[in-house]
Amino acid sequence: MSANETDPATRASAASDPEAGGPVVDLSGVTFGYTATPVVEDVSLTVDSGEYVAVVGPNGSGKSTLMRLMLGLLAPDAGAARLFGEDAARFDDGERVGYVAQQATAAEEMPITVREVVKMGRFPYVAVGNLPAGSGGVVDELFDDPVGTARRTANAVSGRLTAADWRIVDDALATVGMSAFADRRIGQLSGGQRQRVFIARALAGEADLLVLDEPTVGVDAESVDAFYDLLDALNAAGITVLLIEHDLGAVVEHADRVVCLNREVYFDGPADEFVESDALARAFGAGARFLAGGGE
Amino acid sequence: MSDPLTAALAAWLFTAANQSAALALQGGLVGVGETVFGALLWVLDQWYWLMDWAHYLTGLEMLNPRYRYMQRAVLVGLCIGVMAPLIGTFLVHRQLALIGDALAHTAFAGVAVGLFLNAVIDLGVSPYLTAVVVAMIAALFIELISETTDAYNDVSMAIVLSTGFALGTTLISINAGGLAVGVNQFLFGSLSTVSPQSAGILLALFVVIVGTVAVTRNQLLYVTFDETAAAVSGISVNWYNRVMVMLTAMVVVGAMQIMGVILVAAMLVVPVAGATQVSRSFTESLVVSVVLAELAVLLGIGVAYYGGVTAGGVIVLVAVGIYVCAVGVGKLQSVRDEAETPEMGSIETDGVEGDAGARGD
Repeated sequence: MSANETDPATRASAASDPEAGGPVVDLSGVTFGYTATPVVEDVSLTVDSGEYVAVVGPNGSGKSTLMRLMLGLLAPDAGAARLFGEDAARFDDGERVGYVAQQATAAEEMPITVREVVKMGRFPYVAVGNLPAGSGGVVDELFDDPVGTARRTANAVSGRLTAADWRIVDDALATVGMSAFADRRIGQLSGGQRQRVFIARALAGEADLLVLDEPTVGVDAESVDAFYDLLDALNAAGITVLLIEHDLGAVVEHADRVVCLNREVYFDGPADEFVESDALARAFGAGARFLAGGGE
Repeated sequence: MSDPLTAALAAWLFTAANQSAALALQGGLVGVGETVFGALLWVLDQWYWLMDWAHYLTGLEMLNPRYRYMQRAVLVGLCIGVMAPLIGTFLVHRQLALIGDALAHTAFAGVAVGLFLNAVIDLGVSPYLTAVVVAMIAALFIELISETTDAYNDVSMAIVLSTGFALGTTLISINAGGLAVGVNQFLFGSLSTVSPQSAGILLALFVVIVGTVAVTRNQLLYVTFDETAAAVSGISVNWYNRVMVMLTAMVVVGAMQIMGVILVAAMLVVPVAGATQVSRSFTESLVVSVVLAELAVLLGIGVAYYGGVTAGGVIVLVAVGIYVCAVGVGKLQSVRDEAETPEMGSIETDGVEGDAGARGD
């Protein structure tokens, strides 16, 4: 079959595959509502590999819903959402996406160490589906190296991390400057430290896309600055950053591109153009303005 | 051969083949069931042998070979001490501590169904088996109500708890006479009613529960800690939630023999609450909660035997006493930890590779 004869789904997938130069996130005419009234309406948006994109908007503007649509956690009522070139709802390469929320559900009271949280990033790599299979197949491998094969199989079935996995976990902790806290309970950390740990979890998963949903809510000002410095450094290292944020000052200072949302897209362009546009007033209301040093 | 005759012959052959297949399947299932149960009873025999030696070495009266029911009670207690906190650790940290109570009440309905069927149609089925089935169906209903109605988890638990208890009391009241007397042992638990069959059922539940947790503990941990991040990483959150509630139903029915319907939920919660106070890591909390639960179970069974009191109540009281001690130790640990706060390191992104095109795996 020639290239022209491939089916439309395959062509669309190839066109939006980041490894083939396509976008990481691709929303096309997406509409979604929890009731008959849409929360997000006819939104088209693409995020390319290596970009640092911030989505801003007033409370209830549909930012978090848009993020859930992008990640395939919600299915659009109309339009299409694609992640790494695949239908977002069927995307099964979860380790490529690192997710950082405002707060983890059980973080406060749960007896879990920083290292245990970061190790979750490796879980997709040690799942039962990743049973060892060399070029000669499992049977050949079993005859060649019975003890090693048995050990690797037992690791895969029981979900135990290998020494290499633990090295990646420790490297991720070092990257975010949290090695000294590795054996601390996560509930004993400050908000800013906790968010660093969640970024380390994404790094341990070797994520290509980092999605953050208002990550600095409840974090002190000094930690917020350090947190954004970390995001800048990770983006400079090649990781695509998609930030849902309410702090307009920080967004304009750090992101390359701003998407202003209030049910529909009011602005999509470079951060400095956003400051000079009237999108802020239209989306947030006439009284909205930037404050020096962050905040709206 | 005429067509109608061919059709009739084909129909006869098809029916005969179906009947043979059904009989073979039924025979196969019965055979497998008998083999599994035989193996479990063999394990029970080995346990008797071990307890006989323990009696010989320690002289403990409650392990005397004459009291096989006590030897079985100790085995069942030890199994409960492992599987209840194992599941309870995930439940407590998902703020589902009371789901055990809800499922215990539906298990009571299951017991009533078993007793009812035995009394009315002489089915001869163990009430624990019907309890397992009803509790697992109820567990799925709790998840179904939460998923389809957006109700809070405690609302779906309250609905299932009330329905289960209402069904149980209704069935018992319909079948007037001896049923109510038989129900008491399930409500309050008893050491002396652990039959070889119910010990066998518990051993089977133990293997299923421990095996399932061993294989799925990463996914269960991720879903417990951060449901959205788990979903983003590709874990089917709804599926693992269902696995969790089904395992809970099994634990509840298994523990019901000694603990009784009313107190069974305590074994899922109290040892875990104690372990949470003193443990730093999740793995440590799993191990500590099992140790605390075993301590409560063994002390409780001992006190119940020598004191002539109800085992379930004593086990829970001992567990609560251990929890109070753990709270004290936990507070001391917190003070010590606060005095040893490490310095945060600097950010190092030299080794980070985020280019999608550069991935090697």
